[in-house]
Amino acid sequence: MIDRLTDSRGFDGFDLRYMGLILVILGIGVLSIHSVTHDQQGGIAPYYVKQLVWIGLGAVAFIVMWAWDYHSIARLAYPAYGLVLVLLLFVLFEGRASKGAQRWIALGPFSLQPSEFAKLVLILVLAHYYSKAPRAGWLQRVIVPGLLMLPGLVLILKQPDLGSGLSFVAVYAAMLLMVGVRSQALGVILLFSIMLFPFVWEGVWGSLHDYQRQRIMAFVDPDYDPGGKGYHALQSKIAIGSGELTGKGLFGGTQSQLKFLPEGHTDFVFAVYSEEWGFLGVLLLLGLFVALIWLALDIAAKAKDQLGALLAVGIVAMLCFCVVVNIGMTAGMFPIVGIPLPLVSYGGSATIMMMASLGLLLNVKRRRLSLFY
Amino acid sequence: MALGHAAETEFGDFYRRLLILRVGLFLVVALLGLRLWHLQIREGPYYRDLSENNRTRQVLLEPARGLIYDRHGVLLANNVPSFSLYVTLEDVKDREVLVEQLADLLGLDPALIRKKLGGKGGKLLPRKIKDRMTLRDAMLVESHRLDLPGVMVEVESQRNYPGGVTAAHLLGYVGEISPEQLEKPEFSGLHQGSIVGQYGVEKSFDRHVRGQAGQKNVEVDALGHEKRAAVVEKPQAGNDLYLTIDVRLQKVAEDLLGQEYGAIVALDPTNGDILAMASRPGFDPNVLSRELTPKQWVEIVQDEGRPLNNRASQGQYPPGSTFKVPMAVAALETKTMAPSSTVFCNGGYQFGKRIYHDWKASGHGAVDLHTALVHSCDVYFYTVGQRMGIDVMAEFGKEFGLGQGTGVELPSERAGIMPSTAWKQKAKNEPWLPGETVSAAIGQGYVTVTPLQMASLIGTVANDGVNYRPRLVQAVMDRVTGNLQELPAVPRGKVKAKPETFRIIKEALADVVTKGTATRAKSSLVTIGGKTGTAQVAALRTGPEESIPKKFRDHAWFVAFAPVESPKIAVAVLAEHMGHGGSAAAPLAKEVIETYMKLAPQVPMVSSNASKAEPVRSSLEQS
Repeated sequence: MIDRLTDSRGFDGFDLRYMGLILVILGIGVLSIHSVTHDQQGGIAPYYVKQLVWIGLGAVAFIVMWAWDYHSIARLAYPAYGLVLVLLLFVLFEGRASKGAQRWIALGPFSLQPSEFAKLVLILVLAHYYSKAPRAGWLQRVIVPGLLMLPGLVLILKQPDLGSGLSFVAVYAAMLLMVGVRSQALGVILLFSIMLFPFVWEGVWGSLHDYQRQRIMAFVDPDYDPGGKGYHALQSKIAIGSGELTGKGLFGGTQSQLKFLPEGHTDFVFAVYSEEWGFLGVLLLLGLFVALIWLALDIAAKAKDQLGALLAVGIVAMLCFCVVVNIGMTAGMFPIVGIPLPLVSYGGSATIMMMASLGLLLNVKRRRLSLFY
Repeated sequence: MALGHAAETEFGDFYRRLLILRVGLFLVVALLGLRLWHLQIREGPYYRDLSENNRTRQVLLEPARGLIYDRHGVLLANNVPSFSLYVTLEDVKDREVLVEQLADLLGLDPALIRKKLGGKGGKLLPRKIKDRMTLRDAMLVESHRLDLPGVMVEVESQRNYPGGVTAAHLLGYVGEISPEQLEKPEFSGLHQGSIVGQYGVEKSFDRHVRGQAGQKNVEVDALGHEKRAAVVEKPQAGNDLYLTIDVRLQKVAEDLLGQEYGAIVALDPTNGDILAMASRPGFDPNVLSRELTPKQWVEIVQDEGRPLNNRASQGQYPPGSTFKVPMAVAALETKTMAPSSTVFCNGGYQFGKRIYHDWKASGHGAVDLHTALVHSCDVYFYTVGQRMGIDVMAEFGKEFGLGQGTGVELPSERAGIMPSTAWKQKAKNEPWLPGETVSAAIGQGYVTVTPLQMASLIGTVANDGVNYRPRLVQAVMDRVTGNLQELPAVPRGKVKAKPETFRIIKEALADVVTKGTATRAKSSLVTIGGKTGTAQVAALRTGPEESIPKKFRDHAWFVAFAPVESPKIAVAVLAEHMGHGGSAAAPLAKEVIETYMKLAPQVPMVSSNASKAEPVRSSLEQS
């Protein structure tokens, strides 16, 4: 007991393994972004420099979220959600359009993507909701939180941003499973159906006619495959496959360097990395993500209270979902939805939000042994 | 104890659920890993190939064709840079859209573009859509390159003939290889779009002049635009040709024919060098070497003057009285006639029921061989022919190369006809009629010759029976080694006749010019020997020449050599539908001979204009 108390100075959670994993993954991201954009103009600064700036801002967010008691943060969940909904509404009417979707709020030379922040806020809202009181019964466990999620989800799908919408549902499902529903099978099926979605998708999707697929995809996500004929998906598969075991080396990826691969620095950064570093590089990156998620699950398991555990589970679920869906889509396992690879893809809002989430996760670990506060 | 409470009541299953989450995560990551292993390891080589195809295009580097010079190094054919438009289908997103864009931009026929795009070959092979683009068109395409993925403008060398129509039939022209040619072994290693000689020396010496294509590997970006290029194999320029013709003489000969149809061949009897070979009407090889529209082709092919026909080597005409030259040789050699034997000519020759007329209705009186040649007495040669028989005539005709190709290095040379009993049996499946011998004796009937054959024939007589194969190319400059390979004159044998025979005949031919039928060929510069001829076109002749429609008028012949004492030049002139040889053809031959005499003597060949030949020239100057 004494040991535990002495451990609760607040710094034991500053886990070096955890920090190391995050930094290595971020490094891989910067390197890949630099490789694919080194011969193009990135606006006021090269893309990799801008990404380093986002990482810097992300580090600030990480420290804030790590240092500030998560109970206090959780108390701001509803106001934060309100703010996010306002921002999403603003985006809908005043947002900056790009490639057929309005997702950004212009801030001078930069732009803010509220849907990214909405994910973290949703985790806070749901964790806060479940931890407030014992929520029993279908209504309190499933329906009410579902209704809480709904306005954000609708606004995001309206942009349209299928990827963020799906991660919303995934977070909700994961947290639902963790608090438990009467029929556990339901939660399991819900979660796994989302996780296995990529693999099931191909079978279902493959049985449709071309025009049906195009209609469905045009309905769900208009910026899917604008070049037609599966160009993006094919080029991404070629990039990954042609990397073979050892890859083509830094700056050596012809698919990405010669612009066959679209969005090489954002959604398809995994393809760039795979092409240049091969299957060995892929194993390394997958290993890093698995290790990070493993540590995160440990944090969830050892969380001091309901709120901490739910926050940890929500963050892990979001991280898992983004990693799996992004890699799955670049590897051609299912249609392309715009989801960035956490910590690796270029993007200010996503990077800052993900680092803030990981800070919050460490916050949970840090306070797991402080019994009273 | 919030945690204990939570763990036991609210989250009783929490750890179990976390375990499920871990297992699920493990499964999903394992599936991802499996998928990536499948893509990168199992199918890796396949995708590697796809990515290579994505980025590299093999572009052939067309070689520059060898240059062609005349005997004094005057440039006759060279290459000029020109823009060509290529399309790589692999990089084309929508073929129909591209066809419309190009048709709009360059004013091309959409059907033609479609046809070119539809040619044989893989999607990675760039297809040539248009050559000889104007600078404006090339700039236009370049400025729209972002809208035209897969379209490339390449600078290539384009065949150019600075002299235009001059020596067109000799030089020929070039063109894209045809699908039929591609199948042939002599064009192995070539590909669709290769430029090969299609006529003239360009065709017959194509293997020398063609050169060897090189190759570069081009790395292209997603729009099919060149990023980096690595030359794998340099193109090898073709070898240069030095022709035997003197382009100045060639021009004079062509100008002499002017608007009339006909041919003039001048050669050096001592070695067979063709000094000039004119054929009218002509064409501009620059136009024909370009891509012609089907309509342009039809116009050229259906032109009544048949401008693509090289009348010198492909035109077959009855030799008329010029045939009396080999007849005279045969008469003396077979002792059918002694030089002093005479035949009485009363203006006609009765054979069977028919009377064969002499051109001079009043007759020549008693004529010996000399007089018969000088005045072109038909009756004398009717008699000779009748006594000799067609097969002996044929034997001597063949000695002089009639009825067979001369072997000149030009495509589609015609052989003419030297009839014999065997020939008629074979060709017509009919027996030879004795009366036909009489017609053949004065070069009518079945006998046909080309002007080139006649130039060679008179040259052989001038050279006392020693015959050389007429040739057009005297040297080939190897571009790789820099060696100038001189081609030797090719002897074709010697006519079996005594020197005395040639002396007698040459004397008579000299008198043809001084006091016979060809006095209009008489020159104050040089002694000329020759023989006139008039080839009948229509059998029935009524009224004066002027009243006959031109296309039924006779062809005028004159064959000549000079100087009589030691011949340096032999000439054959054939002027279609121009009437009598003495009036229409002889003056032209005289002009050609006088021009040549004024131009000679020259440094043998390859002089000032050929820079590669500098060492040759300086060594000549030193010696």
